[in-house]
Amino acid sequence: MINKYINPTKENLNTYLTIGLIFISYSIIDVFLNSFFKINITSFLPSLLSFLLPLIFGFIGLYLIRIEYSGVKKLDIINKNINTNNFNAILTLFIIFVIIKSLPPLLSWFIIDANFAGDTKEACTGTGACWTYIKIWFRRFMYGMYPNAEQWRINLSFISLAALGSVGFFATDKFKKYLTLYYVVIYPVIAFLFIFFFISGGRVFFDFSYGIIAAVISVIIGFFIPKFKLYYFLIVPLTFYILLKHVFFSDELIELGMMEGLNWVETGAWGGLSLTFIISFFCLIFCFPIGMALALGRRSDFPIIKYICIGFIEFWRGVPLITVLFMSSVMFPMFLPEDFFIDKLVRAVIAISLFEAAYVAEVIRGGLQALPRGQYDAAKSLGMGYWKMHIFVILPQALKLVIPGIANTFLALVKDTPLIFVVGLLEIVGMLNLAKTNPQWLGFAMEGYVFAALIFWIICYAMSKYSYNLEQKYKTER
Amino acid sequence: MNSKIKKLIPQLLTLAFVALIFGFFSYNAQLNMENRGITFGYGFLSQESSFDVQFSLIEYDGSHTYFRAYLVGLLNTILVSVIGIIIATILGVLIGIARLSPNFLINNFAAFYVEFFRNIPLLLQIFFWYFAALRALPLPENAEAIFGVSYLTIKGFYVPAFIWENFDIFFYSIVAAIISIIVIRIYAKKLRDTEGKQLPVFYISIGLLIILPLISFLFGGVNLSFQIPQLKQLALTSFIYEGGVSIPPELIALTLALSLYTATFIAECVRAGIQGVSKGQKEAAASIGLTPNQVLKLVIMPQALRIIIPPTTNQYLNLTKNSSLAAAIAYPDLVLVFAGTALMQTGRAIEIVSITMLTYLSLSVSISIFMNWYNKKIAIKEK
Repeated sequence: MINKYINPTKENLNTYLTIGLIFISYSIIDVFLNSFFKINITSFLPSLLSFLLPLIFGFIGLYLIRIEYSGVKKLDIINKNINTNNFNAILTLFIIFVIIKSLPPLLSWFIIDANFAGDTKEACTGTGACWTYIKIWFRRFMYGMYPNAEQWRINLSFISLAALGSVGFFATDKFKKYLTLYYVVIYPVIAFLFIFFFISGGRVFFDFSYGIIAAVISVIIGFFIPKFKLYYFLIVPLTFYILLKHVFFSDELIELGMMEGLNWVETGAWGGLSLTFIISFFCLIFCFPIGMALALGRRSDFPIIKYICIGFIEFWRGVPLITVLFMSSVMFPMFLPEDFFIDKLVRAVIAISLFEAAYVAEVIRGGLQALPRGQYDAAKSLGMGYWKMHIFVILPQALKLVIPGIANTFLALVKDTPLIFVVGLLEIVGMLNLAKTNPQWLGFAMEGYVFAALIFWIICYAMSKYSYNLEQKYKTER
Repeated sequence: MNSKIKKLIPQLLTLAFVALIFGFFSYNAQLNMENRGITFGYGFLSQESSFDVQFSLIEYDGSHTYFRAYLVGLLNTILVSVIGIIIATILGVLIGIARLSPNFLINNFAAFYVEFFRNIPLLLQIFFWYFAALRALPLPENAEAIFGVSYLTIKGFYVPAFIWENFDIFFYSIVAAIISIIVIRIYAKKLRDTEGKQLPVFYISIGLLIILPLISFLFGGVNLSFQIPQLKQLALTSFIYEGGVSIPPELIALTLALSLYTATFIAECVRAGIQGVSKGQKEAAASIGLTPNQVLKLVIMPQALRIIIPPTTNQYLNLTKNSSLAAAIAYPDLVLVFAGTALMQTGRAIEIVSITMLTYLSLSVSISIFMNWYNKKIAIKEK
């Protein structure tokens, strides 16, 4: 019916366009004035009508300018994108109005009425956010209970680790082939040493240091052995360990740690965003090789290994992380000898690593399954053994395929770190909850959570964009 | 012979390694328990628990057993998961479809929603809703009525309670309606296959669902009345609403956070599923004369659902497991009631943590077995 009398076409384009634009601009100006200046220019109308008027006018305006193939380029673009039919027009208006309506309160809360100055609670007089609170507590949110005078240690370690981590971007072709060795073995060890000797500044468990040395030596040797087998990784580190402990250093204990002039800061005092980074970093390093081994084990021809791997993966995937952390804090000590003590940070890292490794394993298995059989057959026909085939042919291709999945798992890992409040460690979210209950700073929960949400959002969004770039970079035509 | 032994050695080594670890753990556990004077056993489940739970679906107080405390926690977990799954599905499907919309604004709005909510840790979102957003609500005495019957206050959401008379008859009428709908569907399919006739199954189903319960109201003596919450003064400054149902703020915060977070993942599954159906399918279906509705129902949806359902079930499972974060805001779910309070009281770490883990484990394993079966059933059978 309506189409018979009001029929916007190419012939009467200008009339309809003018009237339509007037209607639309009226509706937008009405909402704008209402939301920014609290002026209601249609206050003489009944309240419901006055409330709905912008929507009705906007709808009529959008109907009038909906002219197919008008020849005006901009109008066609608008019609095609936001104004294809009546339903779409209403949704479009709705979203525009919501944005206009929500801008003033958000702006006022975040910036205009917010407080930045001062250093006590009394400085916050405005109706907006109290960023003074974040300013005062900033060190706690970043470093937890780490002593103020020692915080340069964390900064220095993070800066040098970031610098060491970016070596890959500057490596010349000559050193490119050693990058894998660097990133898989040397870099994690350096990071570990930094954190244990520099940030902690304390002693490391003696047995532990034998173990580290043995593991490092055997892995480095492993890279230069042309043909190695599975049992190599079981036998060599163990022999090294026994040799180190009972033959080379039988009288003296290796005392790593206790750098001169550094105070020991126990892990209970670590916290804030730096702890989030430390935990994510180590879990990331540990869960990847474990997950890869589990994925290979699940596809192995040996039934016993296969079923052990399946059981392991399904167990960790079936339980929530919070119960795993519960287990590591209350049940795990029961399983250890009485005088055996593991730091709670280490326990949390082990628990999260095992948990995420199961997810990584399933993602990698997806990549392994997606590879065509011909790849396996081709590698075998060249006379490659199991390990050579997987390391040089299968895994590089499979890992390329599952970059998005692995990135998602790592993102989940970063997002899961706040759960370590279960074992009594306080990273940034935990510190927020602590600060919120401080009697001098009551009532600023909102500011704290918005701040933390912003930080996490930036980290996670950057990671997901980076993984997308990586995926595009390594995409190969198949 | 040689190769057989070669195959056996690594397996035996692994087995021995695993057995060694387990042996080491159980040996230590035995020693530790002996030292502390605890004996291993599940007998404590029938002891009196003597602690109270704030919010429970079944009758419970301190005089009940630990087993009943376990049930209370389990039911609360199931409650929050079911509500969360329903809201997340509705929201996720809407957002997923919105992301495919040709409308530039809607498309970007949905994308913004997904990117925003899935990049913030769930625990932070729960804290935000519980400690920041819901704390900004008015006190009970200042609350304004929503539709005159419900009150959203800082102490919880008060809604009218349903008071049923002869609820069982109403229930049977609904069961009867569902059974008759199933029968009619089968009959309609048979009719279509044999004679090519189409029955308006959808309208018949809706009619049955309305008419049968209506008959139970008119003739079966079923009656429904509402009890509206009333403001009541406890002390000089303390008010509360009585009558009606009170939904605790913990439950609201948890469901909000869980469903908003999981909806982003479901939205991505839905988008991938619909994009996964090739355009040719739609064109082919249209070219053999199916109506647009039939194209959607008979061609697009069955194929899209095949892609959507497995990852979505995974998300449901994730939501259920994530509901254990309730412990952080003291919503009495399985982890808080059983692995928290009950463990503190009894000190039986091994038993209680193992029961809690087994509960979650059996839940996910049973769902994944069901999913494997379902996947096999709907997989395209190629000749």
